[in-house]
Amino acid sequence: MRFIFKTDYDQDIRLAKHGGHVFWYGLLCASLVVAPWALPEYWLAQLTFVLIYAIVGLGLMLLAGFTGLFSLGHAAFLGVGAYTEAVLTNAGWPFPVSIACAGLLSAAVGMVVGLPALRVKGIYLGMATLAFGFIVEEGLARWEHVTGGNAGLSVNPPAIGGWAIDSTEGFYFLCLVLCVGATLAIVNLLRAPTGRAFVAIRDSEISAQSMGIHLARYKTLSFALSAALAGIGGALYAHKIQFLSPDQFSIVQSIDLLLMVVIGGLGSIHGAFLGAIFLIVMPQLISLGKDFLPEAIGQSTGLQGTVYGAVLIAFVLFEPMGLYGRWLKVRTWFQLFPFYRKGMFKRQKSFQKSDRLK
Amino acid sequence: MNDDLLLSASHLSVRFGGVLAVNNVSFDVRKGEVFTLIGPNGAGKTTVFNLISRIYTPTSGEILFNGAGGPLKLTGQPPHQVAGLGIARTFQNIELFEHATVLQNLLIGRHTQRRTGLLSDLLFTGKARAAEIAAREKVEQVIDFLDLQHHRESMVAGLPYGVRKVVELARALCTEPRLLLLDEPSSGLNVEETEDMAFWISDIKNELGITVLMVEHDMTLVSKVSDRVLAMSMGAELATGTPAEVQSHPGVIEAYLGTVDDVSSLRRENHVKEPA
Repeated sequence: MRFIFKTDYDQDIRLAKHGGHVFWYGLLCASLVVAPWALPEYWLAQLTFVLIYAIVGLGLMLLAGFTGLFSLGHAAFLGVGAYTEAVLTNAGWPFPVSIACAGLLSAAVGMVVGLPALRVKGIYLGMATLAFGFIVEEGLARWEHVTGGNAGLSVNPPAIGGWAIDSTEGFYFLCLVLCVGATLAIVNLLRAPTGRAFVAIRDSEISAQSMGIHLARYKTLSFALSAALAGIGGALYAHKIQFLSPDQFSIVQSIDLLLMVVIGGLGSIHGAFLGAIFLIVMPQLISLGKDFLPEAIGQSTGLQGTVYGAVLIAFVLFEPMGLYGRWLKVRTWFQLFPFYRKGMFKRQKSFQKSDRLK
Repeated sequence: MNDDLLLSASHLSVRFGGVLAVNNVSFDVRKGEVFTLIGPNGAGKTTVFNLISRIYTPTSGEILFNGAGGPLKLTGQPPHQVAGLGIARTFQNIELFEHATVLQNLLIGRHTQRRTGLLSDLLFTGKARAAEIAAREKVEQVIDFLDLQHHRESMVAGLPYGVRKVVELARALCTEPRLLLLDEPSSGLNVEETEDMAFWISDIKNELGITVLMVEHDMTLVSKVSDRVLAMSMGAELATGTPAEVQSHPGVIEAYLGTVDDVSSLRRENHVKEPA
């Protein structure tokens, strides 16, 4: 067990709270940097997907995990970012400009979608964002002279002038830099007044308002930031997959994204990454496991969906705090060994809350 | 508006459908006093609070507040600006940010004082860091004032009710209010905690110089800390004055206990038939 003797307020604010943080995150960074030389190309590509989904997951985590607003149409923002990037790159725009445009356009769309969030919440907000997802998917399919419709659109590699990043390693480093940047931005936000305002809105709107938080402004801001990250993730996704079609941004993708943050652990930054790893590794595990299953089960088409569904139900039932919550328990078990008790993470039932103003 | 008044409500009425929750209520809160609203359940006390914190809009009447920039009409302000004007409140059924630590809850109380924008928050610039430390220093003073040191890093969801009550008071103090609205500060507290609350309310008035407007049922606490009391019943005001004056006011006794006729009609001998 580690006890930290605090003598300075700065110790509460700094990112690495103790030597353990410095060591482990340093090790993580170092291994991510040497990964292109250590991993075979296939797994490097999978790691790139993890980074891309982690960026999108950070955005959705900000919205769902920290502001308490659920979006069932997040794939739409991914799609807006991906198609913006594809169209601009194919038109010869330099990469930094095009990805900024992808993020900004997504953010603008996110602000518009955020408007119903000022009035509706819970399941009704879910329905509104779901409907928005369908509209965008349909729009991408119908706006053929820009998006190529259902025939699809191929995407050139990212380039500035004549210098193009077309190797797997190069693109991996690009994603790594953007992912680290996005993570730092979100971590910074959450230790500053803006992030605390989001958390306040999640836990009690009425109280947040009486503390002087402008609900409409912060909810819109949360939607905009979340959509911007989804747009940036979408832009990278477009380059990675090199071929876009509207059905990649359907309701299934939206549910995958939501699954990612719920299984990762709502309300934690680590959760976005653990969820992204889950989302990428799970299909691999399923296809590996196929060979060991009887043919009737192993070769049936619905296997992946069934396993996903079962895993989600298991998480909601047994580990609502997700993979990160499980990790916290494991860590505490080791820290307190042999004093860990089973009920340590049981949340006390909250006291009656007033429903008057909800 | 008179200079020694902080808040002045005149002819407030609010109607929810067929219910007249507050009926033509007028009162003044002087600077530096503890002003208490009492009354039976459903008298409209909390509704008056919600009118002041702009959660409801009055059907008629107006509220003037003597803010830092001179008197202004509170009824024309959007709800999220009320805190910035210097009015902080607590809630009857505690409304804390449950899945955050006590420290984070108190820091949210500093929101009205924020000086950093989105960009400096995202990059956590030197300015944001300095603002954080300044906010933290102020929060630490409040923690010290209300003896919350032990609970600084605890999650609110795991705290007992009595401590949550104090955390909510602390969060309101972190906004550096001129007027503090306390909605039943002693409800759910035991005798000892209620006594602590009484001391803190007097300290808030005397040491911090904050005017307090509270709703309270516990008459011991009311008489201990209040300078003036307004008694309400059925949405209308009954009496205003010192705690002793209001307690002995016949209308107030009637509202709480009923009239002599009501009581005597319950007496056994009035139901026993006289032997013929």
